[in-house]
Amino acid sequence: MVGARILLESLKKSGVEVIFGYPGGQVLPIFDQLYDFDVKFILTRHEQGAAHAADGYARATGKVGVCLATSGPGATNLVTGIATAYMDSIPMVAITGQVGTHLIGNDAFQEADVTGITRPVTKHNFLVKDVKDLARTIAEAFYIASSGRPGPVLIDIPVDVQRADTEFIWPQDIKIRSYQPVYSGHPGQIKKAAKLISTSKKPIIYAGGGIITSGADLELKKLAEKIQAPVTTTFMGLGGFCGTHKLFLGMLGMHGTAYANHAVMESDLIIAIGARFDDRVTGRLDAFAPGAKVIHIDIDPSSISKNVRVDIPIVGDAKNVIDELIGQIDQLPDTAEWLKTVESWKKKYPLIYKDDSAMIKPQYILEQLWDLTKGDAIICTEVGQSQMWACQWYKYLTPRTFISSGGLGTMGFGFPAAMGAKLGCPEKEVFNIAGDGSIQMNIQELGTCVANKINVKVLIFNNGFLGMVRQWQELFYKKRYSFTPITSPDYVLLAQSYGAVGIKVTKKSEVIPALKKAIETNNTVFIDFRIEPEENVYPMVPAGKAINEMIEGLA
Amino acid sequence: MRHTISILVENKFGVLARVAGLFSARGYNIASLAVSETLDSSVSYMTIVVEAKDEKVLEQITKQLNKLIDVITVTDFTKKEHIDRELVLAKINYTSKDKLKLEAIFSKFVGKIVQHKADTAIVEAVGDEQQIKVLLEELNKFGIKELVRTGKLAIE
Repeated sequence: MVGARILLESLKKSGVEVIFGYPGGQVLPIFDQLYDFDVKFILTRHEQGAAHAADGYARATGKVGVCLATSGPGATNLVTGIATAYMDSIPMVAITGQVGTHLIGNDAFQEADVTGITRPVTKHNFLVKDVKDLARTIAEAFYIASSGRPGPVLIDIPVDVQRADTEFIWPQDIKIRSYQPVYSGHPGQIKKAAKLISTSKKPIIYAGGGIITSGADLELKKLAEKIQAPVTTTFMGLGGFCGTHKLFLGMLGMHGTAYANHAVMESDLIIAIGARFDDRVTGRLDAFAPGAKVIHIDIDPSSISKNVRVDIPIVGDAKNVIDELIGQIDQLPDTAEWLKTVESWKKKYPLIYKDDSAMIKPQYILEQLWDLTKGDAIICTEVGQSQMWACQWYKYLTPRTFISSGGLGTMGFGFPAAMGAKLGCPEKEVFNIAGDGSIQMNIQELGTCVANKINVKVLIFNNGFLGMVRQWQELFYKKRYSFTPITSPDYVLLAQSYGAVGIKVTKKSEVIPALKKAIETNNTVFIDFRIEPEENVYPMVPAGKAINEMIEGLA
Repeated sequence: MRHTISILVENKFGVLARVAGLFSARGYNIASLAVSETLDSSVSYMTIVVEAKDEKVLEQITKQLNKLIDVITVTDFTKKEHIDRELVLAKINYTSKDKLKLEAIFSKFVGKIVQHKADTAIVEAVGDEQQIKVLLEELNKFGIKELVRTGKLAIE
């Protein structure tokens, strides 16, 4: 069997249902095999779109996303998508063609050292120089991408390896002696954690993307309800705890809710699960939660004690560890007073916006979207203000319903990711919350959506600005709006020219009808919402401040 | 403070680049690095001497090294009893009349002349960090023209 065929057979053995990609000179043998191979292939309009689509598919389904590109520029175009997946621990396998083995290092046409370029943004990568290694390498790649703390793995396959012939042997069992992720937490540490929880008076659970990766949402709910502790999630953790639960405080950090931030700062115990105390969460590190002890549960030892001093580190899988922990807590902490205080903060500092202008407020659109869908949808986002509003004003009830680039903050992510999510979950309504800046970064994927009948609904919050940067310029750079005003095409005509549906909304009264029409339309829809141009995202913790030093916006 | 870390890695291409990249991406300078195969040719041994400002930096280095897929084990020798050695080759100014002086030095250190041509000798010496430091001070009295060092090797 030729290498190209071995690749496809191996992908099939790995359970791959869909591949996102783009052809080119050094992947011709693979595409020749794809011609009549039984797997869904989605031709994107840009390799970056393929990488984000594979990522969106992975986030929506929990399966490994796969993208495929040619050597050189095809491969380098994947890099932003790979880095995005890496920062958010998303399982992905990226396959790239490479020039023939005899040409590697010769500056051949469309040659790039892709394993070199992607080394710092992949969990691992491979250059396959012998076709005999191909099947095992693919099996290892899928194992590495999806186990432990997941991440993207790249396989670079020279064109002569794709053509070379060998017997196809699929390895039954993958064992890598130098890679053994730890899934079960240390029993002694779990016991200590249980004791600390029992004696705490003001505990708070701070949960991250690890809850979703590990599928620990039910365990998290059980733990929170058992010990009656309020729960805040990170951006990546949204959906990991039910957004309408009475113990839920919303997201914490720079654009988190004021009550979540106050609760963390005043707590005496932080139970961190699958989160990494990122700078957007902690604010000024030396002022972060001064009175709190910290229990930190994470599958990646390097995340523990990286930023914040930890009292009880527990390395392990969130689901396993929480389950064990619940069993170890005999004596429940008395948190009645604490919950009352937290409740008073909720009342005192609610999320609010002024809805008095004639212009459409972005928060209003999201509230209407929530009313129409009640959480039964996948919400993807681009990056910036629209993304932060989507965190604050929509409620995520279950895991994998919020899909957004967290760590890397990649503009242009949302639209192709929404395509991937829709392909993974065709029964779900998929929305992309976009700004007029971000949507223009991968707008070419309209072609992919229409050609493949992938019906995603793109809600463009069009304010004529690169809004988040403008907000910082307004607040910290004396309103010098340096290159943040941005023009847009006519999105209605643009959508139509691709064969999609475009709707323009300029009045508040048109918001609900437009959303309803988008949901009813069996096609990709772009809604161009003309929103209040200088609306800001509040609350906001300015850079370098403690997270309880928020700008409230409406005083 | 300087730390000596040893890592056992898969003997594959690209592994050194992964390890080196981990240091360079964080702006940590490698003071010395020695790599070679072990008894088992599928495994290589790296001894790395690195400058780390504090324990936290070192902890991150160790954890990040452990995270690399091709790294099998990581050992920090700083707080462990261990033997370390370095080999140096030095080209020094030397004529036959210096013979006794040099022999006196080598009576205190493990080393010898490996080549002598006209007014130059190449000497080799093995020792731990302190011994090599003192030896080089001694050899400097002759005038060192050229110096190469293997970097530190360490074993428990």
